[in-house]
Amino acid sequence: MSKCYKNSKSRISPRHLSHKYPSLYIRLRRLLLSLIMAANDSGETTSKKEAFDAEACSLLVRKLKETFASGKTRSYVWRVSQLEALAKIFDDNQPQIVDALRDDLAKPPLETVVYEVAMLRNSCKVALKELKHWMTPEKVKTSMTTFPSSAEIVSEPFGVVLIISAWNYPFLLSLDPVIGAIAAGNAVVLKPSEIAPATSSLLAKLLGDYMDNSSIRVVEGAVDETSTLLQQKWDKIFYTGNGRVGRVVMAAAAKHLTPVVLELGGKCPVVVDSNINLKVAARRIIAGKWGCNNGQACISPDHIITTKEYAPKLVDTLKTELEKFYGKNPLESKDLSRIVNSNHFNRLSKLLDDDKVSGKIVYGGEKDESKLRISPTILLDVPQDSLIMSEEIFGPLLPILTVDKLEESIDVINSGSKPLAAYIFTTNKKLKEQFVRTVSAGGLVVNDTTLHLAVHTLPFGGVGESGVGSYHGKFSFDAFSHKKAVLYRSFIGDASVRYPPYTNTKLRLLKALIGGSLLGIIRALFGFS
Amino acid sequence: METELNHMREYYEGGYTKEASWREAQLKGLRSFIIEKQEDIMNALLQDLGKHQVEAFRDEIGTLMKTLNLALKNLKKWMSAKKAELPKIALLTSAEIVPEPFGLVLIISSWNFPFGLSLEPVIGAVAAGNTVVLKPSELSPACSSVLASGLATYLDHKAIKVIQGGPQETQQLLHQRWDKIFFTGSAHVGRIVMSAAVNHLTPVTLELGGKCPAVVDSLSSSWDIEVAVKRIAVGKFGTCAGQACIAIDYVIVEKEYCSKLVELLKVWIKKMFGENPKHTKTISRIVNKHHFFRLKNLLADAKVNESVVYGGSMDEQDLFIEPTILVDPPLEASIMTEEIFGPLLPIITVGKIEDSIKFLRSRPKPLALYVFTKSQTLQRRILSETSSGSLTFNDAILQYAADTLPFGGVGESGFGMYHGKFSFDTFSHHKAIVRRSFLTDFWYRYPPWTLNKLQLLEVSYNYDYLGLLLVVLGLKKPSNRRHF
Repeated sequence: MSKCYKNSKSRISPRHLSHKYPSLYIRLRRLLLSLIMAANDSGETTSKKEAFDAEACSLLVRKLKETFASGKTRSYVWRVSQLEALAKIFDDNQPQIVDALRDDLAKPPLETVVYEVAMLRNSCKVALKELKHWMTPEKVKTSMTTFPSSAEIVSEPFGVVLIISAWNYPFLLSLDPVIGAIAAGNAVVLKPSEIAPATSSLLAKLLGDYMDNSSIRVVEGAVDETSTLLQQKWDKIFYTGNGRVGRVVMAAAAKHLTPVVLELGGKCPVVVDSNINLKVAARRIIAGKWGCNNGQACISPDHIITTKEYAPKLVDTLKTELEKFYGKNPLESKDLSRIVNSNHFNRLSKLLDDDKVSGKIVYGGEKDESKLRISPTILLDVPQDSLIMSEEIFGPLLPILTVDKLEESIDVINSGSKPLAAYIFTTNKKLKEQFVRTVSAGGLVVNDTTLHLAVHTLPFGGVGESGVGSYHGKFSFDAFSHKKAVLYRSFIGDASVRYPPYTNTKLRLLKALIGGSLLGIIRALFGFS
Repeated sequence: METELNHMREYYEGGYTKEASWREAQLKGLRSFIIEKQEDIMNALLQDLGKHQVEAFRDEIGTLMKTLNLALKNLKKWMSAKKAELPKIALLTSAEIVPEPFGLVLIISSWNFPFGLSLEPVIGAVAAGNTVVLKPSELSPACSSVLASGLATYLDHKAIKVIQGGPQETQQLLHQRWDKIFFTGSAHVGRIVMSAAVNHLTPVTLELGGKCPAVVDSLSSSWDIEVAVKRIAVGKFGTCAGQACIAIDYVIVEKEYCSKLVELLKVWIKKMFGENPKHTKTISRIVNKHHFFRLKNLLADAKVNESVVYGGSMDEQDLFIEPTILVDPPLEASIMTEEIFGPLLPIITVGKIEDSIKFLRSRPKPLALYVFTKSQTLQRRILSETSSGSLTFNDAILQYAADTLPFGGVGESGFGMYHGKFSFDTFSHHKAIVRRSFLTDFWYRYPPWTLNKLQLLEVSYNYDYLGLLLVVLGLKKPSNRRHF
């Protein structure tokens, strides 16, 4: 199959097909793959895929538990070897990664290289650099209450963890948590999204080839396989996706008291004030919206809130900048991802067909079902009870809500569920601080969008409907570690105040000891309190 | 109930609880409550659990005072934003992490340390700026009502409420929408709580239990073994008669050392609890008939009964069970498969003390693990080869009082942690904030995409400043990019 890709001049090459007729291409490819797999009789992989039932799943988990119990994954050497292997995956296979993402999402190569590969490389680098420091037990001070003693907090891996990833940044959202899990010394099962099948199978292949198979495995599949996986007892589950499946994951985890991290989504608002550098703001909004997988990102600006007065100016600048970025025919632009599949295409079309927003489209609105493409679309003055404002858009549609005074925008945001991110463009210090203080979201950015994803010293996670837990940088390591409290006491210095028989003197001494005041203790010892 | 909670939410939206002054006032209010109502508190504990006032002070009142003082002293520091480091390329950009309250939190507490386990989380929740509903356990009713009246009097009743009741009220509460749930109790109810939390994707902290083992090495010095025995005796029988999540559940010791350990235990039990513990009132009672009979049944099995070497007497009227020691009861018996939560101490013997590691690893992870040894090798092995919520060497229970150590479980013993600053963090959402300027805008962030822009982005992401310079000057060759 790979040989076909070299001949890009042929009009009926798979690459040509995948660009021009993505949905058809996907269907043909799947058919071909299933035919090949059926004919393949060395089918170890095939039969494993077909028979991934509860028994196979139990066996997998048991084997991983055995590996973990042997202590293999806890050593610094192992963790470094796996992180280096991951880094090698990115270095050696960039073209294949770009191709897979092009197949699954028509993702522009630059977006793949920068937002998926470069970010992962960075993550690996940070982990490799800091790992020794992260693994070192943290010594903590002890007080008079436990004198004499010494104490430390030791980070231990949980054991065998399950990571369920999403389709929109299939590489990044699969491997970033894996980096954290490995750095923390766990054994891992990764379940990539079936909605990005090329990436899913590439991940299975690459992790199978490069990583330690006795402790890191990929299970491909859809709802059935995920349900089977969720029935097992995991030591931690890390899920990236939507709130509906997030609930299914948490419910399954509750049966085994498994702690979870849920990275969900939400409607990330952008508040735009008037006294700003509008050109730069518009560019940053566009980069965060259409420049991020064509709006199919959990932290993409979902909608804008601005004043009635300023809206026309904003719309004009957005139009100008959009044309600079994507040309006069954005539907054809190679610099935009397509919509992932017909399900989502239909979902987004419905949002545009809603009666409540008819006549509100001020830019774009073009669709091409055969290519699963929707052009960057701006809607102005959409009513708050329209379909497009009732769910996370996750696509290239940008509604603009208008208010009389910009302060109202904060109330609008707080009346909805807490989003994963919220953005504001303003130079008004008071508004800035009010926004930061009162808007509750996973993360906030002032005068830009989506950037906080790249800052590894910031925790990345949601609150409320947008999720539970966080990761990135050391937060990833912590998310996959149990912080064990260790207290060292000696046999010397035994304060009998703790033990019965209880007397008033002991009570006085206890009060002084727990109060921690030396003077108090002396007074108690001499019977003065 | 829903209306009451809506009012609390509205009050929260008003922003009052976010103010440092409000939080301080609540913490000071709690401190006054504990100081002024100390007698009521001690009487309630005596009534519900037969807990001696010194035990009450040592384990609940004293520790709460310590926590309150710590919280008041450090509140401003805990509330402050923490700057996050940024790479040099991020010119004119700042990043910080700001803790914010979740909103309306539910705290469900337990009956064995009704004040401690209710108020320690409340302190954390209030310090973090949340509004709180506390549901104390109905199995300790006197304490429950002291808490209800106390908190209503001393704290802001619009933001902090106590809702008393049993399983029905708890179920009703669990159906509501909470921004965080903090639960202390059994694994069985823990599962119910977490399942209820799924509906609204509410984050939970579960402080559960488990069988906390004490591994006792063959200590050679007589001073050492005496101290160890004292700490074990108080860590089992002296802590609410063994009805504590971190009480020593059972002991593991080398076969040869067992009789010495048992003899010393007998001596010290008598010294601490008197010849007639029922009359000296130094040991707490069993909380109610249900638990009394549960414990009685643990000894019902013939083989288990045979293994009793000390104690065993019970008084149903008084809900009293004498400190009891067993040696090597059958491992399949309930006494060795369920959390005992009472004053029955099984001692399991092994050939070599190192065998205890295998024993521990084959069982669910406990909330606490205690190891009495001077051997650094054994200490190191247990530290790295076993897992538990916490690990304490040469003592027991004391880790509860250490503010700088996180208190929480792992696996079957729960997840999440609190105490000290960890309480504040557990009730806070750590919000990431990035502030950018309009002045620094990198043109290569934006399409239309070119190879040059790709190069620039790659070096930027690698913080490769020299590379950046070279690319800008046109001096760096692009690597093979056939996909462009």
